[in-house]
Amino acid sequence: MDFNFTEEQTMLRDSLSRYLADTYDFDTRQKVVREGKGWNPKVWQAFAEELGILGAPFAEDHGGLGGGAVENMVVMEEMGRAIVLEPYLSTVVIGGGALKHVGGAVADATIPGIIAGTTRIAFAAYEPQGRFHLNDLATTLKGGQLNGHKAVVEGAAHATHLLVTARTGGGQRDAGGISLLLIPADAKGITRRDYLTVHGTSASEVYFENVAVGAEHVLRQEALPLIEQVVDEATAALCAEACGVLKVLHAQTLDYAKQRKQFGKAIGDFQVIQHRLVDMFMEVEQAVSMTMMATLKLDTAERSAAVSMAKAKVGKGAKFVGQNAVQIHGGIGITQELAVGHYFKRATLIENQFGSVDFHLSRYEGIALAA
Amino acid sequence: MDLNFSAEDIAFRDEVRAFIRDHYPAYLNDKIDEGEEMAKEDFLAWHKVLHKKGWIAPAWPVEYGGTGWTATQRYIWSEETARADCVRLMPFGLSMVGPVIYTFGTPEQKAKFLPRILSGEDWWCQGYSEPGSGSDLASLRTRAERFTGEDGKEYYRVNGQKTWTTMAQHADWGFFLVRTDPAAKMQEGISFLLIDMKTPGITVRPIITLGGEHEVNEVWLEDVIVPVENRVFHENKGWTCAKFLLAHERTGIAGVAASKRNVERIKQVARNTEDGGSPLLANPFFKRKVAELEVDLAALEYTELRTLAGESSGKGPGPESSLLKIKGTEIQQRLTELALEAAGTYGAPYFRSMGEGDNSFAVGPDSARRTAPVYFNMRKTSIYGGSNEIQRNIIAKMVLGL
Repeated sequence: MDFNFTEEQTMLRDSLSRYLADTYDFDTRQKVVREGKGWNPKVWQAFAEELGILGAPFAEDHGGLGGGAVENMVVMEEMGRAIVLEPYLSTVVIGGGALKHVGGAVADATIPGIIAGTTRIAFAAYEPQGRFHLNDLATTLKGGQLNGHKAVVEGAAHATHLLVTARTGGGQRDAGGISLLLIPADAKGITRRDYLTVHGTSASEVYFENVAVGAEHVLRQEALPLIEQVVDEATAALCAEACGVLKVLHAQTLDYAKQRKQFGKAIGDFQVIQHRLVDMFMEVEQAVSMTMMATLKLDTAERSAAVSMAKAKVGKGAKFVGQNAVQIHGGIGITQELAVGHYFKRATLIENQFGSVDFHLSRYEGIALAA
Repeated sequence: MDLNFSAEDIAFRDEVRAFIRDHYPAYLNDKIDEGEEMAKEDFLAWHKVLHKKGWIAPAWPVEYGGTGWTATQRYIWSEETARADCVRLMPFGLSMVGPVIYTFGTPEQKAKFLPRILSGEDWWCQGYSEPGSGSDLASLRTRAERFTGEDGKEYYRVNGQKTWTTMAQHADWGFFLVRTDPAAKMQEGISFLLIDMKTPGITVRPIITLGGEHEVNEVWLEDVIVPVENRVFHENKGWTCAKFLLAHERTGIAGVAASKRNVERIKQVARNTEDGGSPLLANPFFKRKVAELEVDLAALEYTELRTLAGESSGKGPGPESSLLKIKGTEIQQRLTELALEAAGTYGAPYFRSMGEGDNSFAVGPDSARRTAPVYFNMRKTSIYGGSNEIQRNIIAKMVLGL
């Protein structure tokens, strides 16, 4: 048993942390949000060229740092600490993760572009009717033509490729008959409706109308097990991002409670506030523990159960810590002026991303609590 | 003790229902659903219809323009307006300063201000909180110094800063708590002033909240001159008015009828939302949360009815109204959590007003569109009107004697 980071992992964390502290302060981030593009290409370029973090989980043969899930966890926690907008999760964890598992020529051809920052992937999986169910697909691939509508695809507007789930056979919710595709984002027949999300990234409704898809675009047929694996990995990474977000929410609230004076003393002197901060602290610590547990079990048979346990716990913690951070700040906590409100927004969206608390508790029950 | 409506009550309900159907300006709800900016006249459209009918202030005594309705009729009124999704009336005149003026004001103040509150001619805002005085409101520092003007009349010169002043950008008048005796102990030296917002020296600056709304403001007062006749009640006794107003505000803040309407709305959304091939309302987790909300809401409703019955028998809202504020706002917040959860993936898109770009495709169901901004916005409810922590202190001290 070892919960320590290697020297390389510590260096990765420190260099990214330093870079974000120096260049990605709250005001700079908000400027990017106000520009309305949902990301800053220069930051992405710096991730690739100055920091080399886009290669963190990839093999050295592809030009990567030779890491894996723990490296993704390290990177994502720092992303959470600075509420980074740029699409590490969809491009590196999800797109890169799918390519690593598929391997072969397409991985050899695509991964170097991810590492260089020139290839960006958006994950077009969820559908309007499907809620959090990855198997609920009305998008079809038949006779080499892709048709359908994908919901809230983050980063589609600045992606070079779309990673698409589509049905080639079976009923709308069958586990069988699902393929995973990697197609150029500008393929003929793709239209988008772009918008900003609540926390400042971009997302799109993506529509496919007779998009020509050749065999070379099909990463895998009968792909639901692979899709679930990739989304489990992404969910663990999202939990890591949540840990970064929650640590900052707690730290800022603790700081505020020490400074803000009412009734002649710091509000942190009141026991009701002290206990609330202690409860928040316990949620943060448990989120960190569950994230590590899930991350370290990604390559085991317990993967799905572990990830759903983690996401259920982290989702609850995100709500508790976020709401109480705002409550203890009082009115100033719900303004755009302080960072705390923006961390609260990110924490809130994380609650439902890749499935709500209820969804993951149900999934865990299905795996672990058969009567 | 009887929970049933009489025949007269049912006839009244039908009259109210017909009136709303025929006279409510329904365009307001389209604007809200689209996330469009509400102009001042939009906020006042329903107010003016009700004023014309004489139904603008059901809670006021008849002599000042109230309706003379029974507690049951007032209950029916709030039920029916919520059921029809009528926009909320601005409370600052009708529910806040109005009752203060008719309870503590001079005959001149009543004659001058009450009719204009009823007609909507004056828009009021509340100058209570300060940057350094939130929960500890009595520590407020905005200073009012009394002097005799060159005309021989008495005035106050007011200096300070107020914050969280809701809708001050539209206000004609504000009611302000100011310190008139800095030597007195906290609550003792405070006075309650009515200030014309056009008076020189007043600056209103917007504060933008998380959902992108401009609801609240900072109000700066720099050598603002206020005639002494604009003080309500005695000098240095403004805290009496402040407490009276806060207790009044707390009962209204429970929002039972609106929450009942929102439960119905969420059930409808959950019936129409697919979750793995069946309606979300069939999901046992989701359904349980709705059921728990309905139980808690019924508990709040009947507690409020008991409080209102006590009020109409002359007791007036006391410290137990803190219970209504805490439970009412908790329920309002849980409703927004549930709406956001029901929205699923479609909780993430952010729309305020759609002006530009290709809007030819809809983004998710209408019911999902504003769930996240509304959720963020409603976090204010456990903070404003005295935070829920402060309300618990009030119950501990005033009700339990701790």
